[in-house]
Amino acid sequence: MGSTVATGRVAGKVAFITGAARGQGRSHAVKLASEGADIIALDICEDLPFAHSPHATWADMEETVRLVEAAGGRIVARKADVRSREQIDAVLAEGLEAFGKIDVVIANAAAIAYKNVLDITVEEFEATLDVNLHGVFNTVQTPVRHMIERNEGGSIILISSGIAYKATPAPDYSAAKTALITFARALANELGPNRIRVNTIEPGYVLTPALDNDKYGERTAELLGREPFASREEHRAAMWDQFKPRNMLPVGWVEPEAISNAVLWLASDESRYVTAEELKVDAGFADKSA
Amino acid sequence: MGRVEGKVAFITGAARGQGRSHAVRLAEEGASIIAVDICHDVDLIAMPLATREDLEETVREVEAIGGRIVAREADVRDSAQLEAALADGIAAFGPPDIVVTSAGVVPFVPFPTMSEATWRTTIDVNLTGVYRTVKAALPSMVEAGKGGSIVFISSGIVFRGGGLVVDYASSKAGVVGLMRSLALELGPHGIRVNTIFPTNVLTKMLDNEVFGAVVSNAVNEGRPFESREQRVEAMRGMLAARNMIPLGWIEPKDISEGVLFLASDEARYITSESLRIDLGFGGK
Repeated sequence: MGSTVATGRVAGKVAFITGAARGQGRSHAVKLASEGADIIALDICEDLPFAHSPHATWADMEETVRLVEAAGGRIVARKADVRSREQIDAVLAEGLEAFGKIDVVIANAAAIAYKNVLDITVEEFEATLDVNLHGVFNTVQTPVRHMIERNEGGSIILISSGIAYKATPAPDYSAAKTALITFARALANELGPNRIRVNTIEPGYVLTPALDNDKYGERTAELLGREPFASREEHRAAMWDQFKPRNMLPVGWVEPEAISNAVLWLASDESRYVTAEELKVDAGFADKSA
Repeated sequence: MGRVEGKVAFITGAARGQGRSHAVRLAEEGASIIAVDICHDVDLIAMPLATREDLEETVREVEAIGGRIVAREADVRDSAQLEAALADGIAAFGPPDIVVTSAGVVPFVPFPTMSEATWRTTIDVNLTGVYRTVKAALPSMVEAGKGGSIVFISSGIVFRGGGLVVDYASSKAGVVGLMRSLALELGPHGIRVNTIFPTNVLTKMLDNEVFGAVVSNAVNEGRPFESREQRVEAMRGMLAARNMIPLGWIEPKDISEGVLFLASDEARYITSESLRIDLGFGGK
């Protein structure tokens, strides 16, 4: 691949993506690679005790590597935890060694306890903030220093959530995801003179393993006050019916690729003057009453 | 294969500035264009509006890149004119998949001396004009049953106070309410409605002596500028301070990239979105 001149909407750029082993993160990696970017990817690749759903595995990450390479991209993929600055910086050092720079950061790694406000413990609440908020701070600070030094601008994309605009039974997750919006605004203002853009994306419902798993099936059954689901298919059908009335467009959820399309636009120079933007990709979820 | 290959885009205010840029960018990516513009000045709006020659230039630019275009003179304050222009466009290309409401005016009048007639003119073009544009295009879109993408051009001024623009700011904020409720109503048809909020773009809407007087009052103690260059430089300094990325303005093509993204199927699940393309103006 070394002699090939990359073409595409993010040709020649290098993107750092957290939570890249599966779901949305994997989709972003493959989309950006297919448009000419090289990828630095990390994922914790292990379960977190407080989280409602099983996390990705190293086998998932190997599949991301395979898909990125099949799309014509190069990738440095490592197992690392966004709660650890040391682990992140070690991956970034390897990525910089391989590709020489970072143009794009996508803070996608997330975890959620998914408990009601009266049931969640302060430890669980803090555990969610640790991943979703402090983890994002950890993810962006080193690349920002690199971008300032390199002085060629950059694009930082924080994956927030449509949950920032709507009441949902996830106080930990909604607090963390909403904080990303004001964090991004402050960062965008501080980094504007350096031409480093900072934006958030607010996805609506996306069917990834974070929702499409047995443990969340139990939570859905509990929220709906019904018997446990007999199968994954039954759970999916119930979620579609549960979510669809909350969206303006007649769908229950959007595909990961829909979020990746927005990531690509924000990562590319097409959006060179877009900063401090909250880009909703949500089938009209946030603006729909009820 | 373009990003909006085979689609038909209906664009108002397409004779110059942002509207022309949208027409050319969408054509470049494979869309056929139905373009309208009033092509004459409007009472109570001091700045010169586009001309017939401007609209002809849009046609030339679209055709020069191999695009197809039907361009008509039409006033967004007149539904019959919009419907007639659309009928010609539909006869040539079929019903629109994309609607871009770019036509807009700004009188730059202080509130204490603003007449109700001026207020009404601004609202009539910038808000009711958007209503009329959608109203004209919608029946053929719904009948075609292919969904669609409607893109309103509002303004960053919706998020921050600005001088001499109470009418303009009100009209542009009204568009946001129109978007949300329309997005809700049209969702079941697969028709998406979104709004773009540009920061300043150096088109003829700002690069004129009417806005020059606004700049002069703000930063030059009301003294007239000696040249266009002096005026533009003063404008750059005044406007750059309001943006997170410290530039005075952005190019029409930067807005067109947002229009293209929202118009394309890449944004197939984006509706009721307020997309700021504004150097961080709205958040500062």
